[in-house]
Amino acid sequence: MTGRGGRTTLAAVAAFAVLVMAGCGGGDDPGSAGAAADGRVTGTVTVFAAASLTESFTRIGRDFEAANPGTTVTLNLAGSSALANQINQGAPADVFASAAPRNMTTVTEAGNADGTPSVFARNQLVIAVPRGNPAGVTGLAGLTRPGVKVALCADQVPCGAAARSALDAAGVTLTPVTLEQDVKGALAKVRLGEVDAALVYRTDARAASADVTGVEFPESARAVNDYLIVAVKDAPNRAGARAFVAYVRSAPAQAVLAEAGFQAP
Amino acid sequence: MSRPLLDARIIVDRGAFRLDVPLRVAPGEVVALLGPNGAGKTTALRALAGLHPLSAGHVTLDGTDLDRPATGFWVPTERRSVGVVFQDYLLFPHLSALDNVAFGPRRHGIDRRAARATARDWLDRVGLADQAPRRPRQLSGGQAQRVALARALAVAPALLLLDEPLAALDARTRLDTRAELHRHLAAHPGATVLVTHDPLDALALADRLVIVEGGRVVQEGDGPSVTARPRTDYVARLVGLNLYRGRADGHEVRVAPDLTLAVADRLAGEAFVAFRPASVALHPARPEGSPRNTWAGTVVGVQRHGDNVRVQLDGPIGVAADVTPAAAAQLRLTPGQRVWVALKATETHAYPATG
Amino acid sequence: MSRALGTAVPRRRGRVPAALLIPAGFGLLFLVLPLTGLVLRAPWTTLPQRLTEPGALTALRLSVQTATLATVFCLLLGVPLAWLLARVEFPGRRLVRALVTVPLVLPPVVGGVALLLVFGRRGLLGGWLDATFGVTLPFTTAGVVLAESFVAMPFLVIAVEGALRAADHRYEEAAATLGAGRWTTFTHVTLPLVAPGLAAGAVLCWARALGEFGATITFAGNYPGRTQTMPLAVYLALETDLESAIVLSLVLLVVSVSILVALRDRWMTSA
Repeated sequence: MTGRGGRTTLAAVAAFAVLVMAGCGGGDDPGSAGAAADGRVTGTVTVFAAASLTESFTRIGRDFEAANPGTTVTLNLAGSSALANQINQGAPADVFASAAPRNMTTVTEAGNADGTPSVFARNQLVIAVPRGNPAGVTGLAGLTRPGVKVALCADQVPCGAAARSALDAAGVTLTPVTLEQDVKGALAKVRLGEVDAALVYRTDARAASADVTGVEFPESARAVNDYLIVAVKDAPNRAGARAFVAYVRSAPAQAVLAEAGFQAP
Repeated sequence: MSRPLLDARIIVDRGAFRLDVPLRVAPGEVVALLGPNGAGKTTALRALAGLHPLSAGHVTLDGTDLDRPATGFWVPTERRSVGVVFQDYLLFPHLSALDNVAFGPRRHGIDRRAARATARDWLDRVGLADQAPRRPRQLSGGQAQRVALARALAVAPALLLLDEPLAALDARTRLDTRAELHRHLAAHPGATVLVTHDPLDALALADRLVIVEGGRVVQEGDGPSVTARPRTDYVARLVGLNLYRGRADGHEVRVAPDLTLAVADRLAGEAFVAFRPASVALHPARPEGSPRNTWAGTVVGVQRHGDNVRVQLDGPIGVAADVTPAAAAQLRLTPGQRVWVALKATETHAYPATG
Repeated sequence: MSRALGTAVPRRRGRVPAALLIPAGFGLLFLVLPLTGLVLRAPWTTLPQRLTEPGALTALRLSVQTATLATVFCLLLGVPLAWLLARVEFPGRRLVRALVTVPLVLPPVVGGVALLLVFGRRGLLGGWLDATFGVTLPFTTAGVVLAESFVAMPFLVIAVEGALRAADHRYEEAAATLGAGRWTTFTHVTLPLVAPGLAAGAVLCWARALGEFGATITFAGNYPGRTQTMPLAVYLALETDLESAIVLSLVLLVVSVSILVALRDRWMTSA
C-alpha cells in the first residue's frame, strides 16, 4: 500500500515540476548566441516595442535581419508601461523602445538600461475623423460644438497626456464621451463611427487611413512625443541589442519611420 | 350500473405495443387496474389524467369529452377535474404539507385564506393536522402518502386516480395505510381508478377489478368472482389457485393428453378448472378409495408457505400442493421423489372458458 | 493477518487518497498564490487615503450597480431561455445551445465590437433606436450593463439549464393535475425547484459582470462616474501607479468575495 501511494505522489510532483520548468523555459536558449568570433551579430534579438511602433518595427526588424544574416528579430508589442513593468520584473528583453519618456525613466531608474536612452523618433497629435469628416471638424475649437462626440486617451497614457497639453495650449475645454485606455482604442471608436473625432498620433491616423482622415492642427507642436530606445542591461544577446539600437538610428530605418508619419529627432 | 361518470376507451400505441382498455366507472365506484409490470396500467392512468395523449378511442368524464382523437378534441390536464396520487407522491419539496394541499384550491381561484382553511380541513381528515407546517422531507412515508391523498382530494375531483398508492411503503405502514385509504376512497363521491400490481391492495380497496395483461383487459369483475374464477395464469397466481384449461364433457375435463379431471360442475366445451393447493393431497403409494383424481408426479420444489409447506410437482400437469409440515416430514419430500397426487372432484371448480 | 486488516479498514476509509489531495493542493495554491502576491505588494501604510479617494469609490459603486443590473437583466432574459433549452423540443435546439455559449469563447473585446456593430451609432439597431426613441447606448451606463450582460449571460443560462434538466419534471405534471397552467407551474413549482441552481447561476453571472473589462471599454468606453468600472480603473492605474492598481484590485476582491460568501450562506445552503 505504501509503495503504491508513494508512486502516485511522485507522479504528481513530477507533473508539477514539468509545469514549473515549462514556465521558466528559454533561459538557456542557444539561439540567443550574441556576437560570433568574427564580430558579426548572430542569434535572436528580442525587442520590446511600444504598440504604436507595430508597423514600422515589423519592417525595420525584417530589414535588420536582411542586413545581418543569422539574426532573428522577435518583437513583443504592447503598451509602453506594460513593457517597462515586464522588463523590471526580469523579462528576457534585449531592446526597449518606449513611446513615452516616463516609461523609459521607470526602466533606467531601476538600473535596467545598458547606457543612456536616445530619442529615435517623434510623434505629433492629429485630429482623427471618420472618412468624409461627417461632423466637419477642422480644428480643436470645432470639437467643443454641441453634439460632437470626442474620444481622448486617458490622462494616464502618453497620448492622453499629450492631448491634455495641446488642449491647454489652445485654451480649449471639452468633455469627451470616453477616455480610452490607449490610442488604438480611441482610433477604433473613430473607425466604427461611434465618435466624430479623436486626438491620436499622426502615425496611428496614417496607419488607419482607409477609414480615418487625420486633420492637422497647429497646437500639436506644443505636445510632441519623444520615442526613446535603449539596450537592456541584462540582455541575453548584448551584441545583438547594441546593433539593433544603432540600426534604428540609421538612415534606412529612419526612412521607414518617416514613411509611417514619425518625425526625425 | 347507473350512468357511468367515467366512460373511456383508452387506446395508446407505443411502437409495436398497443394499449386498448375500455373502462366505465360509476360515481362512487372504485376500480382497480391490476396487472403485471409493463402491462400498460400506468400509461392508462396517464392518459386519463391528460399526461399522455390517446392514439384513438376516447375519455369522457361526466358527459364531457376530455380526449377524442377522432374529432381532435383535447382538454389539457390542468382543466380536467382529476386528482392524482402519484406512486412516489411528488409532494412539492419547497412547500409545507399545508401549502401542498392548498396548492390545488389556490389554482382553482380560491383565495389564500380559504384555500388554507380547506387544506387544514383535509389534513385533519387524514389525521395530519399537527404536521401542517412540515416540509415533505420531514414526513414519514405513510404521512407523505396521506398528504398526497389530501392534496388530490382537496380540489374535489370528479375522477380520482391513484398510481400504486401503497407500493412505496414498508409492510407494516402499508397495512395501516391501506385500511385508512379504503375509508377515504369509499367516501369519495366521484369515480376512482387505482393502478396496482398487488392483488391484496386491489381486493382491499376496489369494488371492481380490471385485469390488464399485455395492454389488453383479460378479466373483469368484483373481487369474489375474479378470485373464484381466474381466467389467466397471472390471475390464478395472484389469487393462489392451480388453473388449467381443457375440454369439458359432462363431469370430466381433459386438461392434458393423458389426464382427465373429474369435476363437480357439469359443462361442455372449452373450460377452466381451478383448485386450491391445499385441496391437493400427496401419498407415497397409489391411494385407494374415494378421490377419483389420482396421478403420479415428481417433486421439483419444496418451500415453506405460511404455516404449511408448498410442494411444486411435475407430471401430466404442473401443480402446487400445500401440505402440513407433519405430512411433509412423514413423506420425506425431496426434489426428484415420485409421489401420488390425489384431488377430490368436490374440491374443484370448473367454468366455461368463453363468455 | 486478518486482525490487522480488520483494524486498518475503518481508519483508512476516512483518509483522502494522495493522488487527489496533492493535485488539489497544487490547484488551490495555483489559484491563491496570485492573490497572495497582491496582498504582499499592497501599500498598507498609504491604504486608507488611497481608499477614500473619490475616484476609487465612484468606480466601485458603479461596478456593483452595473453588475447587479446586468444580473437582473440576465435573469429576466436568461431564465426563460434556459427553460426553452431544457424543456422544449424544437428543431435546431443544439445549434441554439451552441450559440448561447458564443460569448464564452469570444474575446470580450470582440464582443464589444460586435455590440457596437449592432447597437452603435451606425449599428443595425442603434441608428433606429436613436431615431425612434432617442436612445443611445455606447458611452452610457446602460451600455456598461449591456456589455456586462452580453458576457455574463451564458454563465446564468448554462447553470439554470443544467438545474432544469436535473430537476424532476414530474413535479410539473403533478402541478398540472392540480389545475396549474404552464406559467403558474413555472413560477410556483419549477423556479422554486431549481432555486439553488438559479442562485448559483446568478452569482456566477454577477461575478463575471463585476470583473468585465474588454467588452465594457470597447462598447461603453471609459469615463469616470458614467462608464468607468473598477476593472477599467485598475487597468488605467496600472499605466502610472502600480500600487494604486493593487489597492483597487484588492478592494474589488474584498467586496466581491464578501458578497459571494454572504449570498452563499443565505441561499446555497438552504437548498
